[in-house]
This record gives sequence, structure tokens and C-alpha cells, in this order.
Amino acid sequence: MLSRVAENIYWMARYIERTENTARLIMVNTNLLLDLPKACQLGWQPIIEILGCEAHYLENNQDYDERTVLKYLISDTSGANSIYNSLRQAKENARTIRDIIPREAWESINNLFNTAKSSVQSGYGRKGRYQYMQNIILGTQAITGLLSGTMLHDMGYDFLKMGRNLERADMTTRIIDVRSADLLPEYEEMTPFDNIQWMSVLKSLSGYQMYRRNMQERVSRPFVLRFLLKEKKFPRSFFHSLLEVKYCLKHLPRNEEAIELLNVVGKKVLRADQAILQQDELHRFIDELQLGLADIHQVISGTYFRHPAMG
Amino acid sequence: MAIRWGSYKVKGFYDELIRAAGKPRYASAALCEYLRNLSDREIEEYKVAAEMAIQLMGVTFTVYSEQEGSIDRAWPFDIIPRVIPKSDWMKIETGLKQRVVALNRFIDDLYHDQQIVKDGIFPASLLQNSVNFRKQCIGIDPPGRIWAHICGSDLVRDKDGTMYVLEDNLRVPSGVSYMLENRLIMKRVFTELFENLNILPVDDYPSQLFDMLVALSPRAIEKPEIVVLTPGIYNSAYFEHAYLAQQMGAELVEGRDLMVDKDDCVYMLTVEGLSRVDVIYRRVDDMFLDPEVFNPESTLGVAGLMRAWKAGNVALANAPGSGVADDKVVYSYVPEIIRYYLNEEPQIGNVPTYKCINSEEREYVLEHIAELVIKPANESGGYGMLIGPQATQKEREHFRKLIRKDPRNYIGQPLLTLSTAPTLVGNRVEPRHLDLRPFILSGPDSVQVTTGGLTRVALRKGSTVVNSSQGGGSKDTWIVDDEDL
Repeated sequence: MLSRVAENIYWMARYIERTENTARLIMVNTNLLLDLPKACQLGWQPIIEILGCEAHYLENNQDYDERTVLKYLISDTSGANSIYNSLRQAKENARTIRDIIPREAWESINNLFNTAKSSVQSGYGRKGRYQYMQNIILGTQAITGLLSGTMLHDMGYDFLKMGRNLERADMTTRIIDVRSADLLPEYEEMTPFDNIQWMSVLKSLSGYQMYRRNMQERVSRPFVLRFLLKEKKFPRSFFHSLLEVKYCLKHLPRNEEAIELLNVVGKKVLRADQAILQQDELHRFIDELQLGLADIHQVISGTYFRHPAMG
Repeated sequence: MAIRWGSYKVKGFYDELIRAAGKPRYASAALCEYLRNLSDREIEEYKVAAEMAIQLMGVTFTVYSEQEGSIDRAWPFDIIPRVIPKSDWMKIETGLKQRVVALNRFIDDLYHDQQIVKDGIFPASLLQNSVNFRKQCIGIDPPGRIWAHICGSDLVRDKDGTMYVLEDNLRVPSGVSYMLENRLIMKRVFTELFENLNILPVDDYPSQLFDMLVALSPRAIEKPEIVVLTPGIYNSAYFEHAYLAQQMGAELVEGRDLMVDKDDCVYMLTVEGLSRVDVIYRRVDDMFLDPEVFNPESTLGVAGLMRAWKAGNVALANAPGSGVADDKVVYSYVPEIIRYYLNEEPQIGNVPTYKCINSEEREYVLEHIAELVIKPANESGGYGMLIGPQATQKEREHFRKLIRKDPRNYIGQPLLTLSTAPTLVGNRVEPRHLDLRPFILSGPDSVQVTTGGLTRVALRKGSTVVNSSQGGGSKDTWIVDDEDL
């Protein structure tokens, strides 16, 4: 498989996953705002923070009112990780690998981009938003399903899954980081709402129901964090994503360095108990995990996408 | 009933479907009858279905504009097909094969003994001034001595029904993917017609292309590595490059994916490391192929590619230098070229052409410029030409100057009245002019022609410019078995 093609598959998958995650975040935050009392409105700033684009956002916008943020998250074209941009990038990457991905998958990506673009207005207000986000999530899930069901499960598919899972792991850590840092200290006494917030964290990862089945515990901080970071069987947990990446790497040549790095990060997350309990500790810990993900990306990119003999 | 053939105007033109007002041609009778029975609503539905299919399949071509950069546009597609009876087509096919065989002999001769020049058939001065003659190719023997493996020849039909070759595209002809996609769309839309009529299939092309490329492999191995070399996603024909690679199961590569190593072999960078390449179907122009030999600024090509090709370690299709025969002045010599190499009469004619390089013919062109179409030797896509009857006095004068300055670079042709075919305009049909581009594959062992080809149609009323970049669209082309009818 061509290195350039592998890289394009990898990024296509990352951008599809990013699209889905952004839509999930928006949907859950919308719901959360409806549940929380007016007094402790959190607004939309945390979402911008989760996506790590405060600086870019503030270049063109002054405050975090709902419509402005939503416009930015859905349709900003100037380089942010908006749904529009992520889908466009997914499409551009897919376009260069049309000889690799099944035709139906290309058609679906193309189609989702077109629909997302043409109905973008409906996502700004609360009325049409649920439907809009639902379409995006279902659309990306359909693409993921099509790829899994029709694409050759060869090396290309390994790069696809690595891209998806690294992106997913990254998003899980971001959600944990911002949500836990931002929500808890101020409203510690508001237990019912505390639970709502942790539920919303789970829901933004579609993990609420799975948490219930798997943990058989009430929703509370340590259990939620353990579930999201360490649960091997939950497909959006950090550890699960790492395992998926490792599993893919095992099919690839010259995988030693990347696997070693994965093992280090994996061991780290399994020893997370102390960090889970303390907020400051947690923040530092999440930082380390994110750096670990960035390193894994660097090694994969250096091993498979570049060659010293070529410019 | 939306389509009434009685009021469809065919006067003054040869119409591909309709013989005379209300009277379809023999091979199109069933189609016309079917169309006549469609209601306005059905037509609308079919149009929408076709548009949806195009959108969904992502059939696009890329256009550049200064404001928007490069954008993908869906190529307009007309759902009324163009029909050619099989018995007619067989003759055209024979003529095209003959033509391409002769052209390959001609190219090979030019890069070796130049016997045709020595024998006084082809003027030496033309060769000296040819912008597409590559001296770097002199003395090279590509496999089977075939140079132009893929040729796209443009055919037009004049008002008396005669088919002519308008030009041969021997460099990197494009359009075949639209031919294949158009058929897919039509099968989705007009399913019943395909059930009832014997319409010859076109979908063999990718496997024929693949087999031809495999036959060029320098290594006699079971699975030679075939790649399609594209300039990248911003090329106007990128859609086609990706499409063909996908259909053939070949790697789609860009110049930056390839390198020529010290052993003069071509390798591509893969996740396993470097991997040898045997055949390159290149869709990059000669001048950008190899910065060591041609344009040193090129980032689209591969340094050392010509070295590898000369050493016989990689096959290139089309071979560099094939474009020497893809020149509107050379075109005017094709009948002589066929007679010279094959000792046969051309089976399919050229449009009568005045060569400005000959003083007598030049004088005629200068005098009759208002009746003629003037074409520069090496432009494509309909650029840089003058349509005499439609031009202003000033434009004609400008071209007279151009011709006097560089006569070798110009030819003149009478303005043909291109044939028409019914084309949907709203929910009615109107005649629109069209041409036809079949593709001819030449390998060491065989020559094959697509069944029909790509029909391009000028969508603007009265226009004869069919290029996608200038308001053209396309139609499906049906070769219908008329013995069956």
C-alpha cells in the first residue's frame, strides 16, 4: 500500500470520527443546558475548550452566545474543527483514495457533506438542531459501517481503524478533562446536578446505557472515569481505543517502536486510580495521556508515511 | 405527452435520431417511441434521477477560476442517448484501427530512420518545428514498437451524414470514464429500454486497458505492478484517473510516490518500504514527466523516469514523444501516412484541411478566412481557434497576421455543419450539435476500440463547441444491434 494512500485513509478516518464527536458534543450540551438550573448555566465555552480552539474562536468572536458558537462549530470554514471543515477534509482525503475505498462509501461521504452543507442553517437554532446532529451522527456511523462491511480488511483498513481510534481516544480525554475541571468545583454541593453532568459526559460518548449495564453502579465521578478510561469492553474508552490501535499495528511491518509506545501509554492509564480521585492530579494525568497519543501519531507517521530516501 | 417528434426540427442538419420531421431512423425507432410515451412528469423524474446519480457518484470535472480556486463541477448530462446502428459502427471501428496502426508506425519511424521524410511524403521542416517531437526519444524501442497505446479520436458527422475524424488525441486523452459512468446512469434510469433493446455493453474497457498495460511489462512475472500516474487532485481529469485506477485495481500514484533508484528501476513508497513498478499509465504531460530531462521545475514527475524507460526497466503508456502525431498539421497528413505505411486507402476520412505551410493552400485560407475554421497546431480544448463565419472583421485580421507569421502552426477547415441529436431543454426536445470520441487501445498483440465512445454535446443553442470547459455536456452512446431489430 502506498504511504500517501495510507496517510489519506488515516486522516479520512480521523476526520469522520471528529465530525461525529463534534456533533455528539453539541447534542449533549444542548440537552444538558435544558436540564441545569438557570443559575448555573455553563453555556458553550466549555465546548470550544474541549475542541482546543479558544484562540481561533476569539479571533473573530467576542462572546460565547449559543448561536455564535453553534455557527462556529457547525460551519466555520477558516480552519477550525467545525463539522463542515471536518467533513470537507474527510471528503478531500477520501477523494484521493477513491481507488481504495468502496464506491458506496465515497458516495456516502460525498452525500453527507452535501446534506450537512445544504441544511446547515437548521443546526444553529434549537428547533432543528436535534435532527441535524442526529443526521450527522447517523451519517458518520453509516459510513463507518459501510467501510467495515465492504472495504477489504487489509492494511488500508488497519490505517483507517488506527486513525479512528486515536481520534476517539483523543476526544475522550478532552471531554473528561474539560468536563471534570470545569463543572465540579463550583457546584460541588449540587449533587443532583453533579450527577446530571456526569451523565452528560457519558452520553456525549454514547456510554450511559453501557455504563449502566457494565458497572451496575450509580453514576458518580470515580466510576465514570474508570469506565471511560479503563474499560476494555467499552468501544469509546481510552484503553479500548489503544487496544484497537495495537491490534492493527500487529498486522503491519516495522511496528516495534509504535507498539512499545502503546504499551507504555496503556500501562499508564491502567494505573490511573490515584489520578481519578483528585482533580489537579487528573488534569496533569490527562495531559500526559494526550502527549502519549501525540507521540504515537508521530511514530506511526514517521514509520509509514515518510521515507528518508524521498524528499 | 411532452415529446412530439412531429415538431422537432431537423432541416439543414443531419440528425442522429430523426430522419425527417416525425420519422425516427430505423435504429432509434424503439427509443423514440418510448420517449414519445413519457409524460412531462416522467421526464422530470428521469432527469432528476440522473442528476441524483451524478451527484451521488461524484462524477465531476475540475475547473479553475481565479475567484474560487479549483472546484468540482458535475458535468451536465443529457438523458436522451445518441444511437448508432452496429452495422455503421463496424465500419467506423475498422477505419479507426487502421488509422491508429498507421499513426504508431509513423511515430516509430520518426524516432528511428525517418523513412517517410526521406521518401518525401512528410516535410522535414514540419518535423523540425514540431513542438511535440522529443529528441530524447530518438532510437528508443518501446515494447512492440507501439507508442500511442491509448488514442482518443474525435469524430464528427457533416450534414450529408459522412463521418470524419476531426482530430486524434495521442498524448493523454481523457473522457473514457464519463463514457462508462454515463452508461451506469442510463441503466439506472432507463432500465426497461435496456431490457428490450440489444444495446452493446461498454464496460469491458477497464479490463482491456489493464490487459494491454500488463502486456507492456518489462518483467515477465505473474502480477506486474501497474500504476496510474496522475498530476493530482487538482487536475481537471483527476476524477478519471482515480476511476480508472479503481476499475483496474491498479495503484493511483503521484510523482511524489515514485522514485528511480541507482539500478534505474522505478519504485513506489509503500508502508512496507520501496516496491518495484513495471508499467506506468501516465496522465502527466511529457514536459512534466522527468525534471532531469524535461521541465526542471516539474514537481509532478519523477526524476530519472526517462533513464528507467530508456533502460527498458519500466513501460510508459503513452510513450513520451507520442504527441508528435497529435498536432493539427500532422493530422492533415494522416491520409498520406495511412497510404504510405499500410498501402491501403483510408477507411474513414479527414475533414478537408488546408495546410497553411503550403503557400497555395495558405493563400486560399487567407482569402476565405470568413468561411473557414482556423486552428493552431497544438492547442486542445477548443482554445486559440477562430470560427471564421462567426468572427468579427478585427478577429479575422488578427488571425491573418498570426498565419503569415507562423504558417506551420495553422490549418484551415471548412465549417462543418455538425450533426445534431434531440436534447432535453426543459421538458421539450431541441436539436443540439455533437461529436463522438471513441478510444482506441493499441498493445503489442492487438488493437481494440471502445463500443461507441463518449458523445459530447454543445448545450447552447446553435453552438458547436462541445468541450466540458466551454458549455458542453455529454450523452450516452448506444451501439444498437440493427440485425436484431
